[in-house]
Amino acid sequence: MSDNPAIATFLDPKLVRDGLSRRKVLDQVFVIVGLLVMLVCLAILAVLFIDLVRDGSERFTWDFFTNFASRRAERAGILAAWVGTTLIMIVTAVCAVPVGVAAAIYLEEYAPKNWFTAIIEINVTNLAGVPSIVYGLLALGLFVYQFDLGQSIAAAGLTLALLILPIVIVATREAIRSVPNAIREAAYGLGATRWEVTKDHVLPYSTGGILTGMILGLSRAIGETAPIITIGALSFIAFLPESPFTSEFPFISFGWLNDPFTAMPIQMFNWVSRPDPAFQSNAAAAGAILLGMTLLMNGVAIWIRYRYRKKINW
Amino acid sequence: MMDSSTMARAQLPPQVGERSGEEHSLRNDQPVPAGTPERGESPKISVTVGDTRKVRTLEVKAAVENLSFYYGQHRALKNLTIPIADKQVTALIGPSGCGKSTFLRCFNRMHDLQPDTRYEGSITLHPDNLNLVGEHVDPIEVRMRIGMVFQKPNPFPKSVFENVAYGLRLRGVRNRATLAEEVEKALRGAALWDEVKDRLQDSALALSGGQMQRLCIARALATTPEILLFDEPTSALDPIATAKIEELISTLRDQVTVLIVTHNMQQAARVSDYTAFMYLGELIEFDEAAKIFTNPGKKATEDYITGRYG
Repeated sequence: MSDNPAIATFLDPKLVRDGLSRRKVLDQVFVIVGLLVMLVCLAILAVLFIDLVRDGSERFTWDFFTNFASRRAERAGILAAWVGTTLIMIVTAVCAVPVGVAAAIYLEEYAPKNWFTAIIEINVTNLAGVPSIVYGLLALGLFVYQFDLGQSIAAAGLTLALLILPIVIVATREAIRSVPNAIREAAYGLGATRWEVTKDHVLPYSTGGILTGMILGLSRAIGETAPIITIGALSFIAFLPESPFTSEFPFISFGWLNDPFTAMPIQMFNWVSRPDPAFQSNAAAAGAILLGMTLLMNGVAIWIRYRYRKKINW
Repeated sequence: MMDSSTMARAQLPPQVGERSGEEHSLRNDQPVPAGTPERGESPKISVTVGDTRKVRTLEVKAAVENLSFYYGQHRALKNLTIPIADKQVTALIGPSGCGKSTFLRCFNRMHDLQPDTRYEGSITLHPDNLNLVGEHVDPIEVRMRIGMVFQKPNPFPKSVFENVAYGLRLRGVRNRATLAEEVEKALRGAALWDEVKDRLQDSALALSGGQMQRLCIARALATTPEILLFDEPTSALDPIATAKIEELISTLRDQVTVLIVTHNMQQAARVSDYTAFMYLGELIEFDEAAKIFTNPGKKATEDYITGRYG
């Protein structure tokens, strides 16, 4: 017990016990509030998903995946849309990931800390918050007209790559920063160069975080509608882009990059805006499938993160 | 009481001459192991330790002269002059913030990883007279010749084998048999082989704290460093693991020059041949460990080692 009378009463065992039970109640209250908030979020997602699935239930057939768009709702499918979305995602990933990861490595491992890199950092963070339609306008001017890519898969992929670049950069930097400095020191101490430290240690140990960031970025991109409408995606399309695989050498073709396209969110938007209620269930089904694709990608991200965390725990 | 003069004066330039028989009796209390390999090309340097004691000839592995180190404007090390004897253990002691670790990290240029740092003076590595802190000396070359073991065990999250092999891989060793042989040698050198020989492919993170630290020692030993730096290597370990590391350091002096920073006075007394006491970035006293711990020349040193401050 303290000699100080001002605090002596606070140290009385009975008071301590009473105070403790009050603090524990607060503790419990927070657990319940947190749990409720989380359940509300989950419930909203679940309701949305179930609603979409119910509305579109009669459209979940094989034909829905293999048919092109049609004026008759029951014959319309999402073939062009999901192929388009997949190809766009490939272009987006191939462009955004290497550039984003390289930028993050530069900012974290190489760049000196001065006003210039500080400005770059602030800008990267701000870019993540720029409305996607602005990226669409930029891409319309830059990719479609300036680079003359036209209303193609390449233009759409590049647009979305631009859009998710800040997300990839921020996530990668976060992952790189989570590699303890002690590991870098150990490698430098053995005589490694900066690039050796990066490629042998920093990158392998942050792969989980980088892949997670990449998939979160792609999950954002897959649902984006505004920017690709801005650059002029078609909403009614009855043919597929050129196949990426060919029967003769070199078996891979990039002709599809220049082809016009449509994408899942655009197909949905198109159907939703039609008066015929039959199209509403098409839209719902497409929405459920898009949501499923996103959840699948997120699931992969979580799985990857789990696997890497299990292997590396600092 | 804390004057900046130092007890140690390394008399340079080196006197080239015969290696005298006396250097084998540097310490009266501890015989130098007989198997110490001779390196004819090393210069001989006379070191006067204290004013009143006789001159002894020993090989100096690294001569620190008037070394100052700056973090920006802050001068963290002030005019240090310390000879680091070859194949001996030199301990650096002093209260927190006295610059021991800063000094240690000058030897492998770790400070170069931070912006706005500057060295003055020199650390001359013998036998080839390389100034470790020289402006035109590549810090990576320095780090390839001078190994370091850190305060917290920091193995890479790779296999035990890959941890030890990494330094050799950096140097271009690709042959699997050579790597395996060298890894075994380093692990034996770090007294870890028997404990890990069946789990070389397991993650290094599965080892205990003491094993991890010995793995880090093996990782440094694998590249045959000329000087091995220890930055409080046992401060995160329990007493048993600590004892093992100390024993290991004692045996290492056969093959490598050791420089160790420690907070633990008993540890410095146990493992070191020479001890430097630092305070506020200055060297207060440098002498044989036996002398420092039994009959220090400075009041400040005595106060510190008897626990009156710090």
